[in-house]
Amino acid sequence: MSYVSKSPWIIHYDGSSCNGCDIEVLAALTPLYDVERFGIINTGNPKHADIFLITGGINERNISVVQEIYNQMIEPKVVIACGVCACTAGIFKDCYNIIGGVDQAIPVDVYAPGCAIRPEAIIDAVVEGLGILEEKAKKLEAEKKGA
Amino acid sequence: METIISILITLVASVVFAVVAAVLGCLLSGIDRKITARMQGRVGPPLLQPYYDVRKLLAKDTVAVNTTMNTYLICALIFTCIAGGIFFSGGNFLMCVFVVTLSELLFVIAAYSARSPYSEVGAHRETLQVMAYEPMVILLAVGFFMATGSFNVSTVLHMDMPIVGTLIGIFIGLLFILTIKLRKSPFDLSYSHHAHQELVKGVTTEMPGKMLAKVEIMHWLESVLFMAWIAIFFVWANPICIPIVIVAVALIYFLEIWIDNNFARVKWQALLKSAWLVTLVAAGINLAVLTYL
Repeated sequence: MSYVSKSPWIIHYDGSSCNGCDIEVLAALTPLYDVERFGIINTGNPKHADIFLITGGINERNISVVQEIYNQMIEPKVVIACGVCACTAGIFKDCYNIIGGVDQAIPVDVYAPGCAIRPEAIIDAVVEGLGILEEKAKKLEAEKKGA
Repeated sequence: METIISILITLVASVVFAVVAAVLGCLLSGIDRKITARMQGRVGPPLLQPYYDVRKLLAKDTVAVNTTMNTYLICALIFTCIAGGIFFSGGNFLMCVFVVTLSELLFVIAAYSARSPYSEVGAHRETLQVMAYEPMVILLAVGFFMATGSFNVSTVLHMDMPIVGTLIGIFIGLLFILTIKLRKSPFDLSYSHHAHQELVKGVTTEMPGKMLAKVEIMHWLESVLFMAWIAIFFVWANPICIPIVIVAVALIYFLEIWIDNNFARVKWQALLKSAWLVTLVAAGINLAVLTYL
């Protein structure tokens, strides 16, 4: 196991959602679930983050914001779509301003459905994301050696 | 010849400090996070979590907003090592203070060089913090001279009594600014390790990956150096001082963690006013007593 999966720092963004998943994400940080056990820290800075936790769907207004955050994050990075709105736009799917799930804006690595998503499911999704993060880190290292 | 030898001693001490203090500082930071978590009713991360964090940051891709920022950070890190080297080789305390301030200012310039509004706000706040604690640090050096008759750190080893006796006011002032120096709440205006959010990430907003790793290592070294500043107050020419120093430093670090967890962040006005007030009253009275009585 490399160090990247021992210290995954998270950035959280809420798109078009009802804020239910949002609150569950914050609940995962409380003493009850205590994600810092796994070295997970909630940072507000995309440049420091390894995992992009995104709740809610993509609309015409926030697509550029989501893409900007994604572009500012530094490789290796992983995107996790939390909740059904982030996966497919969910209940808001037919609204006039909605484009769709997060994968309409940026590449998504892990889909974690639920309405609202449970904190346990968020932790599971992050653990799933760690495997992908590990793979990406190895790929990046191989590229560096090759170059 | 003597000058060259003393410079060589300082340089060797700097290298030794860089290695030993990095290990100690990393452990100190790990213990800090563990105790903080327990105070909040959590299990907390593994003891070596700060080490894992830095290793991860070093493995991140290299991205920089400009080429100068990294140079400033490397210089800041080197000057922190030299300040530690001067201190632990028993050198001039005033010099140690100036060199550590220089490293702090280079860190501020690194943040300003990004020209990002968030980074600049962080740099402004960092500068304010320097303004708040710097008078106390200078008075600490003055008090040290008045108590020992020399600026050389090694003189405490020949004292009959620990200098905390004559410098109790200065010690209280130093304890107050230690909270700022260790970046603990309520004075963590520019950068903190907590999950709560400031303006993006304060002074380190534009410092990703490898640069943030340097900032973290610098913070470890500084923590060890500042705790050593506390330690010299309890040192005198008697081997019995060793357990006393260890207990005192451990208690004071625990006190800092307790303060960190029990007080909400203040506004910068409160920081500046309270820091200068404590400096003036505690250190001022102490120095006046030493001068006139």
